[in-house]
Amino acid sequence: MKRQSFLRVAGLAAAVSFSACKPSGSGGGGGGGATGGKLVVGFSQIGADNPWRTAETESVKAEAAKRGIELKFSDAQGQQEAQISAIRSFIAQGVSAIILAPKVETGWDAILKEVKAAKIPVVLVDRGVTVSDPTLFATLIASDFVAEGRMAGEWLVKKSGGKAGIIQLEGTTGAAPANDRKKGFEAAIAGSPDMKVLASQTGDFKRSDGKNVMEALIKAHGAAITAVYAHNDDMAIGAIQALEAAGRQPGKDVTVVSIDGMGFAFEAIKEGKLNCTVECNPLLGPMAFDAVAKALKGEELPKQLVQEDRLFDETNAPAELPNRKY
Amino acid sequence: MKVLRSTLVWPLVALVVLLVFNAVASPGFFHVEWKDGRLFGTVVDVFNQGARVPMLLALGMTLVIATGGVDLSVGSIMAVSGAVAAMQVNAGAPMVQAVGAGLGLATLLGLVNGLLIARVGLQPIIATLVMMVAGRGLAMLLTGSQMVPFANRSLTWLANGSVGGLPVPVVLVLGLAVVTGWVLRRTAAGLFIEATGDNEKASRLAGIQTGGVRLAVYGFSGFCAGLSGVLEAANISAADPARIGDTRELDAIFAVVAGGTALTGGRFSLAGSVVGALLLQTLTLTLYNQNVAPAVAPVPKAVVILAVCLLHSPRLRARFGKRTQPVAA
Repeated sequence: MKRQSFLRVAGLAAAVSFSACKPSGSGGGGGGGATGGKLVVGFSQIGADNPWRTAETESVKAEAAKRGIELKFSDAQGQQEAQISAIRSFIAQGVSAIILAPKVETGWDAILKEVKAAKIPVVLVDRGVTVSDPTLFATLIASDFVAEGRMAGEWLVKKSGGKAGIIQLEGTTGAAPANDRKKGFEAAIAGSPDMKVLASQTGDFKRSDGKNVMEALIKAHGAAITAVYAHNDDMAIGAIQALEAAGRQPGKDVTVVSIDGMGFAFEAIKEGKLNCTVECNPLLGPMAFDAVAKALKGEELPKQLVQEDRLFDETNAPAELPNRKY
Repeated sequence: MKVLRSTLVWPLVALVVLLVFNAVASPGFFHVEWKDGRLFGTVVDVFNQGARVPMLLALGMTLVIATGGVDLSVGSIMAVSGAVAAMQVNAGAPMVQAVGAGLGLATLLGLVNGLLIARVGLQPIIATLVMMVAGRGLAMLLTGSQMVPFANRSLTWLANGSVGGLPVPVVLVLGLAVVTGWVLRRTAAGLFIEATGDNEKASRLAGIQTGGVRLAVYGFSGFCAGLSGVLEAANISAADPARIGDTRELDAIFAVVAGGTALTGGRFSLAGSVVGALLLQTLTLTLYNQNVAPAVAPVPKAVVILAVCLLHSPRLRARFGKRTQPVAA
């Protein structure tokens, strides 16, 4: 009980010291604007369960170091509760801003109200939240999954000359990236009547399921398959393994397109087995701190800032490979 | 009528119905060809994909369920053994040693389940739930939560190679099933397992070391899960600690129940579980072949599962039997 009331007092103190026109070098350990003292920013990350997320964390840490910002980092190990308590301790420590990669969309109302009461701007990265009051966060920085799917679709139309028998390997049923990547891709090929999706099945974003599904669909559709579109690189690698086992030549007689732009996908492009990957860029650090700086100056930010994603195929992937951080 | 009383007949009936449906609706379902020195076709996939996970997990699960228990940790144990084998070959160990290490640790984790249940007296569902969480954590800890790719040809051969035209996993798993069945029925071990599941107290009073029986079945279940994890990693040349085996324990339980082994323990049928696993895999591939949208695919799956369970229900069969009897007489 004592601890909690202490936190509340500290939060209140923070709220007082960060009034609208931040006096530089104000007390409470925070340090106000970017000019006076060292800026302290809290970053609550979901976990480190995949290379994508690890790359995102590294990007935020590196950018903070570059700008001379003190970063309070918390890894929640996949637990929303841990993220909430981390944010609470950020408030107590009097940070100037908070960067949050939310584990799930819901359940953030209460804690974000506490943050707002402390007048600390929140920048969301890579996933959104559903809250009753849109002013509870400054902005969301994320990739546009629909655009990623569209880029992959447009590339495939061009590559195949508008004629292909396509197998689509979907992500986890119901997940936002799966829904949007499907939507974008199907919109992109809708104008070409000879671009046919022969089958569209879920591989659950897993390499093993991608391989199992592809094995089955090769038997069902045989030589009609001329292209594979996978919602992530892992399933594309699984599909490539299945195609090779069936005596097909992925990358040559079957065009393989995927999304994410992981390091191993670049290697597969270099080996000529994968044709194209659209990155889903985790290096959100620079944009996140730009947004933090603007929010601290009191500028109004758009509710969503789109991270630009690039497309890589055999023409530009080999040159990019040494630069890949994830 | 006697044949209808065998538990094996119902999953077989469901399987045959499904196959007939495919013969009509999916051209090429039964097409099998000889390619690069091995059989190639959808039916081969049913056996291959079915053997690697549901069938193998169901072997261990059958014996656990026969003792009146359940093992929820098999998916997580898969993750541990796959990770260990992958890390071993990456460290330069030969394939046999890597697989041995994976299987050894998996068996050990199974034995820990058995100890918690037989010696400490925890409920099987609780003890194995703990292991389900702890095992996944262990796999993540060992690998630093990252996927472990490897390029060891002998290890990938375990899942992608063939023996006499048949995929290696099919030979391995069917071989293991036959040996297990033979050992259990030729010795008293099978009887001890059924007795433990039927009435543990009476069995103990009759001189059966029920604690030892439980320890052994959970150890065996861990071993089967370990082999499954190694095969899954070998299949894609990478161990995926976060997602390998995720929710596959439910597939195993379904295969066992569909095969006619009751969750209450007692009599078990290994052959039934093998057929149950094949049924599950045939169903999955049928849905792919028919291109049923992934969002609605669980519905036909649930219908088939429900149908098989209803066929097993003694009360329903009694009613069914009464109605048909006058016609037959």
